[in-house]
Amino acid sequence: MRDAIDTGDLMHVGRVRDRSEAVAKLTGEAVYASDLAFPGMLHAQVVKSPHARARIRRIDTSKAEALPGVRAVLTGAELEYRLGLYIVDKHILARNEVRHFGEAVAAVAADTLEIARAAAELVEVDYEVLAAVLNHMDALKEGAPLVHPDLGSYDYVAAVFSPKPGTNIANLTKLRKGDVEKGFAEAEWIVEREYTNPSVQHVPMETHVAIVEWRTGDQVTIWSSAQSPFTVRNLFCYAFKLPHNNVRVIVPHVGGGFGGKAGIHLEPLCACLSRKAGGRPVKFQATREEEFSLLPCRSALTYRIKTGVGADGRITAQKMTMYWDAGAYADYAVNVTRASGYSGAGPYEIPNAWLDAYTLYTNKPYGTAYRGFGHVEFFWGLERHMELVAEAIGMDPLEFRRRNALRPGSRTLTGETITTHSGDVVKCIDAVAASIGWGRTSPDEAAHEARTGRRIGKGIAALHKAPAMPPFTATAVVVKMNSDATVIVNLGLTEIGQGSTTMIAQIVAERLRFDLSKVHVVVDKDTSRDPYDWQTVASKGIVLSGNAAVLACDDLLRQAYDVAAQALRAQPCDLDHDGEKVFVVHHPEQSVSFAALSVGYTFPNGNAVGGPLIGVGRYIAQGLTNLDKETGQGNPALDWTYGAHGVVVEVDPASGEYRVLKIASAFD
Amino acid sequence: MRIAFTVNGQRYEREVAGHRTLLHVLREELGLTGSKEGCGAGECGACTVLLDGRAVNACMVLAAEADGRAIETIEGEAKQGRLSAIQEAFNRHHAVQCGFCTGGMVMSVRELLARNPKPTVEQIREGIEGNFCRCTGYQQVIEAVLDVTGQPGANGGLRHA
Repeated sequence: MRDAIDTGDLMHVGRVRDRSEAVAKLTGEAVYASDLAFPGMLHAQVVKSPHARARIRRIDTSKAEALPGVRAVLTGAELEYRLGLYIVDKHILARNEVRHFGEAVAAVAADTLEIARAAAELVEVDYEVLAAVLNHMDALKEGAPLVHPDLGSYDYVAAVFSPKPGTNIANLTKLRKGDVEKGFAEAEWIVEREYTNPSVQHVPMETHVAIVEWRTGDQVTIWSSAQSPFTVRNLFCYAFKLPHNNVRVIVPHVGGGFGGKAGIHLEPLCACLSRKAGGRPVKFQATREEEFSLLPCRSALTYRIKTGVGADGRITAQKMTMYWDAGAYADYAVNVTRASGYSGAGPYEIPNAWLDAYTLYTNKPYGTAYRGFGHVEFFWGLERHMELVAEAIGMDPLEFRRRNALRPGSRTLTGETITTHSGDVVKCIDAVAASIGWGRTSPDEAAHEARTGRRIGKGIAALHKAPAMPPFTATAVVVKMNSDATVIVNLGLTEIGQGSTTMIAQIVAERLRFDLSKVHVVVDKDTSRDPYDWQTVASKGIVLSGNAAVLACDDLLRQAYDVAAQALRAQPCDLDHDGEKVFVVHHPEQSVSFAALSVGYTFPNGNAVGGPLIGVGRYIAQGLTNLDKETGQGNPALDWTYGAHGVVVEVDPASGEYRVLKIASAFD
Repeated sequence: MRIAFTVNGQRYEREVAGHRTLLHVLREELGLTGSKEGCGAGECGACTVLLDGRAVNACMVLAAEADGRAIETIEGEAKQGRLSAIQEAFNRHHAVQCGFCTGGMVMSVRELLARNPKPTVEQIREGIEGNFCRCTGYQQVIEAVLDVTGQPGANGGLRHA
């Protein structure tokens, strides 16, 4: 949905406004899942594998069970439930075999955290250590141990992903465009190199935490630090075969997510402990150390790129192979692979392109979503590659990028045609180049070099990004008017620090023409109260929920006008409104206040019409398609963002120590 | 052991086990959950409180050490429902995102300004070096501190074309 809006006329959107929930956070009043405690609440601890891969021979929990204050002890043998976002490959506790260091093999719930810790130490596990796959580049080798020998029996999202049973390949995403061999034959130069990125951790300030109460009749309430409450609910219900209306997920303030809290993590374990402990709520909060092994990380990547370039500096062909390290479970890594695959050529036109992107199982902590969803990792390799190709062919790296950049008429890797309405990456490159004084050393910079003995270097990188989401990505917003004409807004988008609460309030106030103080967007999320939202990921929050908020306001205003038309004896088309009232356009003195309309209008004689004004807006991603599994052709992107960065750094030639002096960024 | 101390001017007496940290007593026994546990190892600063006016990581202080001392936490920063000048400046400069580090950050700034009413940017950086922010809002915190101390540069950080 696109409205042509003159931003100069806007009252709230695009204006600096106080952050809605800042005061609660500044005073310490904001409540996070880690702050919650309930009567009778038990504390959980897990027993973790000290091995990357091992067979579990025997687990003896008898000493732990005998410890006073212990209310439940669980091992994987009791839990035949499997979880997974796209490939259902993970047990709640390891069964028979552990697949990574730090994997949970047993769990306890006790009256206090101290007792739970002591009980966890009393659990005896007898392991038979097995050969492990510790490097993703070894996972494809002949005779490599299989991390998931039963891969062929797992459920998975077949429309999108392609696991290869009998191997460590959790998914292979393919992109094919043109004839890559013909393109290489036409090339004057061919440059082939490999680039690697390590795995890293999200390190949210608040570690993962869940509290779950499994009451009689399979009524389950989950309090969690999760980014995506509906995903937690739906995957939880899938694993336990429960109807969605039995399970309620509540997410209060979240102390940072960055993708690491996007999936389902500690909730099923706490649920099983609660069920075993007779329904008492069970809390488990990961330690900082557990964030590094029990919980997921960003996947490592090895990116191999072979580029053919013609005599004119234009790329004729590019063959790209990505090797993503999923770790022990596929989680989001398969989708990171897909997203980085269809974005993998960057904002450049490659007439003949061939890309294979593998997600590889290894015996390491598993990868998940992480800020940028694969783009930061592959762009480091791709932009380094552009630099080195330019050097090899003796061309200015800025000019090399400009010459190969996507322009109107270009076709992308997935077959989309760039138009004049697409973002303009050349403009971004030129803007940052001008900002950092590309290609020259200014008198000030020369003086700086002479004074400090350090050398000044300048670099440019271009980018594009299309967030990964399924074609059916949807959301809804509900705007409810109170009898004093203030409004409460409910939506499933989670506030994790990105400011969505404030932005939605600005959009609602703008559309209703209300003062911002009259709009309250509820921070905490509750799947039994709030309308469905797919997930809080993929940079989709404001574009999807924002559009839903606009439509919800329109719905509420339509209802208000219908009632006002009766109250004012006028047609709805002759009405207008301001921040206080609905009035007749030609006779503005004939008006009725929103407060008088808010929960039903009462005529002087007592007759009443209308009812509570509640606007509902729904929005769904437009025009996305599944990608062809053999060629990757299709439309994966709600929208592409284009951009470029330019940096000025000083480097000490003796030590290599460097400092960034300036960064310029441009986006379109 | 039995200890007596004040928190934000209120007197408390508690029986505490020797291994209990000040952070756990504040959060779990006094219900003051504004001080957060981000690491439990003195690295992240989310639990910063003032102990006799000095900023400390409450996760690294045994409750027993608080005996006879005065503790100030983020809950005592606003008075009668009014934000302090530091809190107002943080709000104005959007120096708050997920908020999990915010309480500790404010307490560190409070100690810094008590020692040094006009800190330079370098001194502000040193003052908050024990407080991690993963939403990467340090620049806004620095600008908030420059603003509340009446110094220039409060709006000079990020240039928007």
